[in-house]
Amino acid sequence: MLPHDGLLQLTPEGLYCPAAAAWIDPWRPVPRALITHAHADHARAGCGEYWATAVSEGILRQRLGATINLVPVDYGALHRIGEARVSFHSAGHVLGSAQIRLEAAGESWLVSGDYKRDADPSCAPFEPVTADVFITEATFGLPIYRWSPGAVVARQIQQWWQGAPERASILFCYAFGKAQRVLAELAALGIDDEILLHGAVETLMQPYREAGVPLPPTQPLSALERRDDLAGRLVIAPPSAHRSVWMKRFKEPQTAFVSGWMAVRGARRRRGYERGFVLSDHADWNGLLASVKDSGARQVYVTHGSSDVLARYLREVEGINAEPLAGPFSADEDAAHGA
Amino acid sequence: MQRFAELIERLEHSRGNNSRVQALVDYFEQTPGATAAWALQVLLGGARRRLITGRRLRQICLEAMPLPEWLFDDCYAQVGDSAETIALLWHQHVDADWGPNADQPLQVWMEELLPAAAALSDDAQAEAVRRLWHGLSPQQLLVANKLLTGGLRVGVAQGLVVKALSRFSGLDEALLQHRLMGGFAPSAAALAALLAPSDGDDTGEVPSRPYPFFLASPLQELLPGDAGDWQAEWKWDGIRGQLIRRSGQGFLWSRGEELLHEAFPELISAAAALPDGTVIDGEVIVWTADADRPAPFNVLQRRLGRKKPGSKLLAECPAAFVAYDLLELGGEDWRPRPLHQRRTALESLIQQLPETADAPGAGRLRLSERLTLDTWEQLEPLRQQARNAGAEGLMLKALDSPYLNGRKRGHWWKHKLDPHTLDAVLLYAQAGSGRRANLFTDYTFGLWNGNGVLVSFAKAYSGLDDGEITALDRWIRAHTTERFGPVRAVEPLQVFELAFEGIQRSTRHKSGIAVRFPRISRWRRDKPAGEADTLATALALLEQAP
Ligand SMILES: [Zn+2]
Ligand SMILES: [Zn+2]
Repeated sequence: MLPHDGLLQLTPEGLYCPAAAAWIDPWRPVPRALITHAHADHARAGCGEYWATAVSEGILRQRLGATINLVPVDYGALHRIGEARVSFHSAGHVLGSAQIRLEAAGESWLVSGDYKRDADPSCAPFEPVTADVFITEATFGLPIYRWSPGAVVARQIQQWWQGAPERASILFCYAFGKAQRVLAELAALGIDDEILLHGAVETLMQPYREAGVPLPPTQPLSALERRDDLAGRLVIAPPSAHRSVWMKRFKEPQTAFVSGWMAVRGARRRRGYERGFVLSDHADWNGLLASVKDSGARQVYVTHGSSDVLARYLREVEGINAEPLAGPFSADEDAAHGA
Repeated sequence: MQRFAELIERLEHSRGNNSRVQALVDYFEQTPGATAAWALQVLLGGARRRLITGRRLRQICLEAMPLPEWLFDDCYAQVGDSAETIALLWHQHVDADWGPNADQPLQVWMEELLPAAAALSDDAQAEAVRRLWHGLSPQQLLVANKLLTGGLRVGVAQGLVVKALSRFSGLDEALLQHRLMGGFAPSAAALAALLAPSDGDDTGEVPSRPYPFFLASPLQELLPGDAGDWQAEWKWDGIRGQLIRRSGQGFLWSRGEELLHEAFPELISAAAALPDGTVIDGEVIVWTADADRPAPFNVLQRRLGRKKPGSKLLAECPAAFVAYDLLELGGEDWRPRPLHQRRTALESLIQQLPETADAPGAGRLRLSERLTLDTWEQLEPLRQQARNAGAEGLMLKALDSPYLNGRKRGHWWKHKLDPHTLDAVLLYAQAGSGRRANLFTDYTFGLWNGNGVLVSFAKAYSGLDDGEITALDRWIRAHTTERFGPVRAVEPLQVFELAFEGIQRSTRHKSGIAVRFPRISRWRRDKPAGEADTLATALALLEQAP
């Protein structure tokens, strides 16, 4: 539970800052929303006014409507909203993702949104920020989750794909963020083969190309003739396309899923993909601990996933005041999304 | 070790039998004999001794990590497997500046490193295990831990391994199956012997070695030809075995390739009366000398439950070996000869046995009776008499058939009284309710599909007695591989015969079939999981259903 006189409070609409008269990533329509990033469980339609990073503007307008009332902000710039001073800082999660820092009445709070600390060629790197109180996510808040660098995983993906020249390789990953990260990691390996995209992934490419992210050449699968040979081609598609009629287009493809959840064999087997590649846009265990320490916060609240576990560990082992924060933070999309 | 862990990973990732076989062939081609021999042993499920418990490994891991116990448990709850939990937790942990063991070949791990760690205790053992773990990737850690706890299951059927060995060596699969019978000793020499070119006659090369069993398929249609072309016998409800007399010694093997010497001493005595160089296929069953029919299966189970029966049990439940077929005579492999020749020779062999009634084992070797079947009209009435005869149905064998390898359709058919039974493998268990709330009593069973994967097809709650339930409960706890809430996945090793009333197609079930009133008719401890029934067999029952 948040203190009732704190800078942020929990209302049925979500995390609310009375000083700014604004909600952060609200669950329902509100007059003023501060948006950490454009994933569907953080950015919802119907709000009166949106504040978000300028980099995420294109994607937000695409997803929430071209005519939304949006105030674009730059990373690090300080804004006065009502009684509060508000700044957005890079979260390293996806293109345009931010942590939001609020300050009023001599107290500062930091809301992490979704974040990761690993290098990612498709978005700005995570920026450590200090605050008195830190609200952090803990989607992967167990020490079994430790990520390898994206370049290492991209190399595995390349070997998997190019090791099967006689089949199509379908790589399932979340359409916004993960797909472009994988593409950018492949480009960083020097791959310039044309990669085919499911329509849902294709839609997100324009904002990334406009932002200047180096990407390999891509082509929507729908632009190909039905009889074109797909053997040896890499296709990127969202998980929702797995086992759908869309798959009928392929003769005996090999399939893989890219997600942090793939670290555990049981999760791999249950989802029915042949391969799992462990790549996440969320912080791993060490990343979560480092961010809590870097924040210098005297009080930590933990949302999402293993919030109880991380909070208990911070309290009992690290000696940091920490509590899980209950609420519908992990909406249904969370499992499918950025993981 | 590194290469073996890669093989396991590649097998896990391959879809389809061809790519699995290819992965195995590649491995055998690139691996020296002593290492490949151990890999083969592991693949065949022969290296499953528990050297260290999962609990002890957990303790060793926790002692060296700044990790509270409750956090380990939370991780375990997410992963569902302690070997894997440790692998995930440990792989970035650096303990000391030890040389990595990943480069050591598998045989060094199996022959030296693992047994050495197991032989130690307390702190010395903990340090030895941590040295083993040092520098391993999560996949290598997982394999190492599974080898330590005896829980490594590769999930590749023996048939695929044999196919790969055959492709690698150019030898016939049947020959390799035969050479693998009775177990494999993991050494370079044994692997070389296994893959040595064949001069066409391996008979009796290893005195104890049995032949691969020929298995019958369920009868589903009228058979071709005249009834007179077929040999009809009772299908006895015992356990299939091979009785061997070679080099002056007797051997009794079960179909599960277990030696039954100590459990059935009277049959070993009976084998002594056979001429050297004889192998007989038959049924081990309890049959009192003056009875006109054998005792039911549960009496045999009393014998199977004992490693070494006492004289009282031996007297109460005397075993017999009912001879079905002659596989070897005078040291010569008779399997290619037609059944009628083998049968004639078998009859004279049994009739010529000395009839000294007081000799130990006398009368314990019985000839399987050949039933009269002149026309196909006699078939059904004959089958109906099976119950009276104490049998579970009929066997029909083509008189001109050779003795083949495994389940090859066409020559041998079983025609059971109740056609609705299938041998299925236990996959999942869940605790019951009420009186049995603390026991795992709700079971899910699977059948093999065409890709060598077990597909769950039926749940059953009843059919075992209290003693069996307790024993199975204990087994389930010791062989859990994953937990999904209250459900435990277990190692797919235990086979049960399920009886049911009807079978139907179903789109709601992953297996494509639904059975009515499934129940366990018995625990087939004698049967290896690889020999459980297939979905194809179940589908065939469906076709046969009215
Ligand atoms: Zn999220
Ligand atoms: Zn997100």
